[in-house]
Amino acid sequence: MAATQEEIVAGLAEIVNEIAGIPAEDVQLDKSFTDDLDVDSLSMVEVVVAAEERFDVKIPDDDVKNLKTVGDAADYILKHQA
Amino acid sequence: MTSKIKPGKGAPYARITGVGGYRPTRVVPNEEILKHIDSSDEWIRSRSGIATRHWAGPEETVAVMAVEAAGKAIADAGLDPEQIGGVIVATVSHFKQTPAIATEIAHKLGAGKPAAFDINAGCAAFGYGLTLAKGMVTEGSAEHVLVIGVERLSDLTDVTDRSTAFLFGDGAGAVVVGPSQEPAMGPSVWGSEGDKSDVISQTVPWDGYRVGDVGQLPVGADGELKFPAIRQEGQAVFRWAVFEMAKVAQQALDAAGVSPADLDVFIPHQANMRIIDSMVKTLKLPEHVTVARDVETTGNTSAASIPLAMERLLATGQAKSGDTALVIGFGAGLAYAATVVTLP
Ligand SMILES: CC(C)(COP(=O)(O)OP(=O)(O)OC[C@H]1O[C@@H](n2cnc3c(N)ncnc32)[C@H](O)[C@@H]1OP(=O)(O)O)[C@@H](O)C(=O)NCCC(=O)NCCS
Repeated sequence: MAATQEEIVAGLAEIVNEIAGIPAEDVQLDKSFTDDLDVDSLSMVEVVVAAEERFDVKIPDDDVKNLKTVGDAADYILKHQA
Repeated sequence: MTSKIKPGKGAPYARITGVGGYRPTRVVPNEEILKHIDSSDEWIRSRSGIATRHWAGPEETVAVMAVEAAGKAIADAGLDPEQIGGVIVATVSHFKQTPAIATEIAHKLGAGKPAAFDINAGCAAFGYGLTLAKGMVTEGSAEHVLVIGVERLSDLTDVTDRSTAFLFGDGAGAVVVGPSQEPAMGPSVWGSEGDKSDVISQTVPWDGYRVGDVGQLPVGADGELKFPAIRQEGQAVFRWAVFEMAKVAQQALDAAGVSPADLDVFIPHQANMRIIDSMVKTLKLPEHVTVARDVETTGNTSAASIPLAMERLLATGQAKSGDTALVIGFGAGLAYAATVVTLP
C-alpha cells in the first residue's frame, strides 16, 4: 500500500537518524539535508538507497540533485512510489 | 578415436601461504593535491578518508614494485623463487600491450619457467587472480602461484580532475597461493555488470592518439596533448559500491558458511573510507572484526589495495596468521570478486 506523506517523513527521519545520527524529530519538511541535517552528498546517496528500498521507488542519480529538502524527497516518493 | 585423458592431480585445497607489499618512498599529502584543484584537506578527508598516498618515482616502475612485493611474499611463504609455478599480475598500469609484464617479473624474481600472464579486472582484479590461482593449485597445473596486484595510478591521474585527483595511489601487493590439507579459501562470488562499463574508464583509448579525432583528445592548459586518465562518475560508483557490494560480501560469507560472528578481519578494496564504513554497517559486522582502513595513508591503489592492506594488518599485529578474513574487490567493469580466506 502506498505510504502517506506523514509516513514517508517518519520513514525518512528514521533513515537520516540511522545514517547521519540526527535526532528523528529534527527531520521536518522544510529542512535542507545538507544545510540543516548534516547529510553530505555521499550520505545523501545512502539516504536515497535506503529510501528506495523502504518505499519501493527508483530515484535516479540525476534526480537526487533536486532533492534539497525533506519535503522535496517526500513529494518525490509520494509521486513515484509503486 | 577418443583417448582416455589422465586428469591432473592437484592439492585437496588451496591457501594463501605468504604476503608481501611495496609502498613507494614518496608520500603525497593532501596539500600537494590542492595545488591543482579547488578543494580542501577537510573536504578530501571527510569524503574519502584519505590523508596521504604514495606516488612512485621514476625508478619505482611497475616491474620494480612488483618484484619487491612478490619477493617478500615468496620469503614469507618459506619458498624459493624456483618453486613458483605460476605468476598472475593484476594491473591496469602496465603500458605495453605485449608482452605481458608477468613474464618479466617472473624472470627478475628468479622463478624458473612459470606460467605467467596479466589480468585486467580493475579494482576487482586481485580477487580474480586469487580465484584463478586457487583453481591452478587444486587442479594440479601449478603447486605455488604468485598473485601480484601492482599499480602506478599516478600515471593515469588527471591532477586537475576534482573527482579523482585525490583518490589514487601507487604500490604493489602480492600473495602466494599454495597447497593445503584443509579448506582455507571459500568459493568466489564474482561477476561483472557491463551495462555500467562507462562509469569508470580511461578517458581515451590508446589508438585514439593514432586514428582518433584530435578534437576528442585530452589537452592541457598549455595546448599539449595529455596522457589518458581514469575518469569516473563518483556518485554512481558510490551508490553501486555501498548498495550492491554489501550484498556480494554477504553472499561470499554465506557461500563459505561463515557468519559475521565467526569473522576476524574484513579487507574490502580500499577505494574510499565512506564506502568501507557503509559496508561495515550494512553487513552488521560485530565490534571484534578488524577492518582494514589502509586507504587513509595509501589512497586507492586498485588491484594492489587488498594485498597491501592485508600485509599491513599482519605486520602491525592487528591481524594474525590463521585469522578468517572476508576480502572483496570492486571497480571498473563494473567487476567484483569476494571470498573468505584464512590469513597466511
Ligand atoms: C569522488 C567522490 C568522493 C566525490 O564525492 P561526491 O559527493 O560524489 O561529489 P559530487 O561531485 O557529487 O560533488 C558534491 C559537492 O562537492 C563539491 N566537490 C566535488 N569535488 C570536490 C573536491 N575535490 N573538493 C571540494 N569540493 C568538491 C561539488 O562541487 C559539489 O558541491 P555543491 O553541492 O555545492 O555543488 C565520491 O563520489 C566517491 O568517492 N565515489 C566513489 C568513487 C570510488 O571509490 N571509485 C573507485 C571505485 S574502484
